Amino acid sequence: MAEQPLVEFDGVIKRFDSFVAVERMDLDIHKGEFLAIMGSSGCGKTTTLRMLAGLEAPSEGEIRLEGIRINDLPTWQRDTPMVWQSLALFPFLNVRENVEFSLKMRGVDAAERRKRAGHWLERMQISEFAERNIAQLSGGQRQRVALARSLVTEPEILLLDEPLSALDAHLKVRMQAVLSDLQRELGITFVYVTHSQSEAFSMADRVVIMSRGVIEQIGAPQEIYRTPRTRFVAEFLGSSNIFAGKVSQTRKGQVAIETPTGRYATAQSDDKPVAVGDSVTFAVSGDRVQLSAKTPKGEFNTLQAKVVGEEFVGATATIYMEAADGTELRAQKSHDELRDLSIKIGGNVFVSWRADAGHILPGE
Amino acid sequence: MSDFNRNPLIDWALKLYALLAFAFVFAPIAASFVFSFNEDRFPSLPLGGFSTKWYVAVATDPLVWEGLQNTLAVGLTVSIVATALGFGAAYTDFRYRFFGKPVYLALALLPPTIPVVILGLAMLAFLSRVELSGHGYSVMIAHVVMCAPFAMAIIRLRLSQMDPDLEAAAWNLGASEWGGMRHVILPFTRPAIFAALFITMAVSFDEFAVAWFVSGLNETLPVKVLGFLQGQVSPRINAIGTFVFVTSMVLVILAQVLLMKRSAGQDVVADDKE
Repeated sequence: MAEQPLVEFDGVIKRFDSFVAVERMDLDIHKGEFLAIMGSSGCGKTTTLRMLAGLEAPSEGEIRLEGIRINDLPTWQRDTPMVWQSLALFPFLNVRENVEFSLKMRGVDAAERRKRAGHWLERMQISEFAERNIAQLSGGQRQRVALARSLVTEPEILLLDEPLSALDAHLKVRMQAVLSDLQRELGITFVYVTHSQSEAFSMADRVVIMSRGVIEQIGAPQEIYRTPRTRFVAEFLGSSNIFAGKVSQTRKGQVAIETPTGRYATAQSDDKPVAVGDSVTFAVSGDRVQLSAKTPKGEFNTLQAKVVGEEFVGATATIYMEAADGTELRAQKSHDELRDLSIKIGGNVFVSWRADAGHILPGE
Repeated sequence: MSDFNRNPLIDWALKLYALLAFAFVFAPIAASFVFSFNEDRFPSLPLGGFSTKWYVAVATDPLVWEGLQNTLAVGLTVSIVATALGFGAAYTDFRYRFFGKPVYLALALLPPTIPVVILGLAMLAFLSRVELSGHGYSVMIAHVVMCAPFAMAIIRLRLSQMDPDLEAAAWNLGASEWGGMRHVILPFTRPAIFAALFITMAVSFDEFAVAWFVSGLNETLPVKVLGFLQGQVSPRINAIGTFVFVTSMVLVILAQVLLMKRSAGQDVVADDKE
């Protein structure tokens, strides 16, 4: 990529006493992209964001903004506003004063402040609440105030730390649309930290998945979903069946893998071709496995498993199963598909998939 | 709460008990108040006629005015200095994590737990050693030591109710550390700062023991009152006592109102979040 990244993390390490929060991170953030950093709590995603905001200093390495080292630049000298998980609105100021705050801190005169804040109040559709107290606003309105307050200086980059986590599901989806539109219209960079897969995958151009201070994978949502790089990512996304074994044969873009539950054919890895004798882990997405009462005909990998539970979310159901050796399996099916197949908890079922549904995890 | 599961007999007994307890606590003060308007020289029943002559006597006594002046000067100075120190101590606790912090907190909150006679003696010994005893500011120094922990406790409570992200949010929006202090910490703690000013003034206003030890010739009003008592029993004491009591109460109630307004505001926020 010829264009200079807006932000570069170059070998950044962050330690808190003996705890390593971020482990040697290299990450480029491009101008105008919507980047989501995702992981479970304690994975270092918020620390990464706080280092970018200037609220934490890296222990080692360098963070560059437009090519310039900003490690030692205090947060008030950067224009990297953040939308906080708690929103952190000032309760003793009204909506307008909250939005004007950063302009005031930067010495913009009162008339200009009012004009620019007015524009953002308008844009976020909160003008009518301008003189209200923060305590009198609903959750969604507060969200808009927080966004207006952060965007009023027209920054190049906006940092968001799980801003939607306090909202109910319906409002969350509405605010996701607001955020996506806003980012597209403004064309600025959004860095969005979340533990929610649905938020990250529905809004972001690229997703960074972190675990224990390490980046596990960076990629477009579809790419991560279809081709997880590591076992952690496959498990974190929560919809894959994972098998580990040894390669016993390779042939014509396919490999045979011996696992404790049987021998399975899987597509050869494009990233990192495997050879006979290699230990490999592969994943099969839960929506690409078939369930049947009898052994299926055709070129399928098949194993028998016991149904241990089912879970219904909207139009799809997830069937949880267990193979003879304890391997956990899952399949996502629509209600229609399930009706034809009498699934009983405790009953046996055949789980099968085509060789090209298997994806060898290159990071393992 | 519903009355359904309550025994009326126990209810009445408890009410009576509360009434008696309050009567016991406030009877002496009330008696002092009543006798301060009694014409008679000696506090005995039945009461003589209504009179404000003891107030007149007090108001025309130059010694009382001198004591009151000292008390006010001490009270004002102490409230400002103690609140400033208390604020610093509370903010340090809020903002920083450091080795030995529990010890720091224990030491900062210690003075009110020391018996006042011991504190007074120690103050006297120490202040005279460094030649600060017997001056107008001797009582101020001693009272600041006694009052700062109250200010700290009040402001610390307020800071503990603050979203810890608030100050960092201000920095993130371009406020320097001084800017954050001025535009976030001070506005947020303002009610507690005023409450601390009133409470510390009230504490200083009627503190006797330590002032008695260190005041020398610059006696504050409570010390003067004891002087009166030792010489002669005069109903003027009742008049002064009533005045001191009312003043302290006004200060404490002002502080309470400030603190209660604050918690009411908090409730609104909490409700809305749900």
